[in-house]
Amino acid sequence: MAHITWKMADGSEISADIKDGFNLMEGATAHNVPHIEGECGGCLSCATCHVFVDPEWYERTGEVDDIEDTMLDMTDVEREENSRLSCQIIASPELDGLVLYVPEPD
Amino acid sequence: MAAAIVVVGAGQAAAACISRHVALGNPQPLLLIGDESHPPYQRPPLSKKYLSGELECERLFIRPLEWYAEQGVETRFDTRIGEIRPAQKQVVTDDGETIDYDRLLLCTGSTARELPAAIGGELKGVFTMRNIDDIDRMSPEFQAGRRLLIVGGGYIGLEAAAVARKLGLEVTLLEMAERILQRVAAEATSEYFRQLHRGHGVEIRESTRLIKLLERDGHVCGAELGGGEIIDADMVLVGIGASPNTALAEAAGLDCGNGIRVDACCRTSDKDIFAAGDCACFTRDGREIRLESVQNAADQGDLVARVWAGEDVAYTALPWFWSDQYDCKLQIVGLNLGHDQTVIRPGSGPSSLSVWYYKGDRLLAVDAMNEPKSYAYGRKIIEAGKHPGREQIADPATDLKALALG
Repeated sequence: MAHITWKMADGSEISADIKDGFNLMEGATAHNVPHIEGECGGCLSCATCHVFVDPEWYERTGEVDDIEDTMLDMTDVEREENSRLSCQIIASPELDGLVLYVPEPD
Repeated sequence: MAAAIVVVGAGQAAAACISRHVALGNPQPLLLIGDESHPPYQRPPLSKKYLSGELECERLFIRPLEWYAEQGVETRFDTRIGEIRPAQKQVVTDDGETIDYDRLLLCTGSTARELPAAIGGELKGVFTMRNIDDIDRMSPEFQAGRRLLIVGGGYIGLEAAAVARKLGLEVTLLEMAERILQRVAAEATSEYFRQLHRGHGVEIRESTRLIKLLERDGHVCGAELGGGEIIDADMVLVGIGASPNTALAEAAGLDCGNGIRVDACCRTSDKDIFAAGDCACFTRDGREIRLESVQNAADQGDLVARVWAGEDVAYTALPWFWSDQYDCKLQIVGLNLGHDQTVIRPGSGPSSLSVWYYKGDRLLAVDAMNEPKSYAYGRKIIEAGKHPGREQIADPATDLKALALG
């Protein structure tokens, strides 16, 4: 279980406990986090679950592989150093307390 | 009940429409009616991770069951609509209940084509794959050592072949046309998947007709092929395409072709009735097309909610599609319809390759096999309306990222 907080551009936030093994795109859509769509179901084909990871947590969310790195060039809001596709971040006790920032498209 | 928005069909298009409707804060009440017992779920994993047992049912749901009520969306599952009365703005359930609508969205999907009963299509042990329930019926039969015959060499059949091999079944795949994927892809893509599957032990038989399925005690036991050859099989999976579910719309007098005809706002010939997803057909580049894909369903569903909210939008989304087979990730962007040339771009690894479709000098589409850069940057290139020269694409030294983002 991991307690995850999504912070929106307007200052609002959503927090939820996500079961181990579930990815954080699933976690976001289950809890109605705006702008996280996950159209491809987490198979790295749509780039619609882009988040910015709180820099303090970034390392702990795991490695970005080549496919994710490529797909991060496809996001609506331009990537930054702490960008991840949240379908590739898997909930685990190590991520308890993780804070994600949700990009807001224009 | 009070007139509201009624969505008939609980698939990907419905889920996308409802998600956008809720996100936009549209106060109009919405009722979702689905004929399956599940809330909207993802279909692509059915022939992949759900069939292989790696994903449980609840994880297919696009939103959890309780999400709908939390958002104030009323749902009725296991409910079939038998009639639309456009003049009265009502739908009628199979139980005879009438429900008023102010606006109606039809996302009735498509139905897998079956083999005719006359050639054994209704025998026990013959399956199609479209719904969770189809997979639940079929998966107990997917046991190591059993002989599976797949009829049809499209993506569904190939994905099922990959899962079956992984689980240790013996697999024969029949394709009536000269090559697998003939309807949807270039020769190079067919060849890639032919080699991939043969390398994993699938017996692929192209240019091979099925004459009939053979039975023993009401259960399929084999097949007779063109030329008289008999092969044994313990089960058969039929993957010969799907037909749009237009019966309701046709009976209501809506204009239909190969699908329910819609305009760029997904509006049907009745101004208060919309259609989205597999069941809808629309005009693109002068052709009438119908797409069976998550992208199309989700983007059209999303668009309908925006139209209802008063946004001035039109459906112009670039199609994309994916398939996973063994360790190959296929990603497709664009529509290759009408292409007259293809360019093969060697991949960065031994099992990677991309096929670029052109019409004259216009780039139309890309098939990328284990080549996400070709997919992602190909998509950027097409979206930007760029048309790189064919020699440039064929040259592995060309930096696609620079081409796309430059």
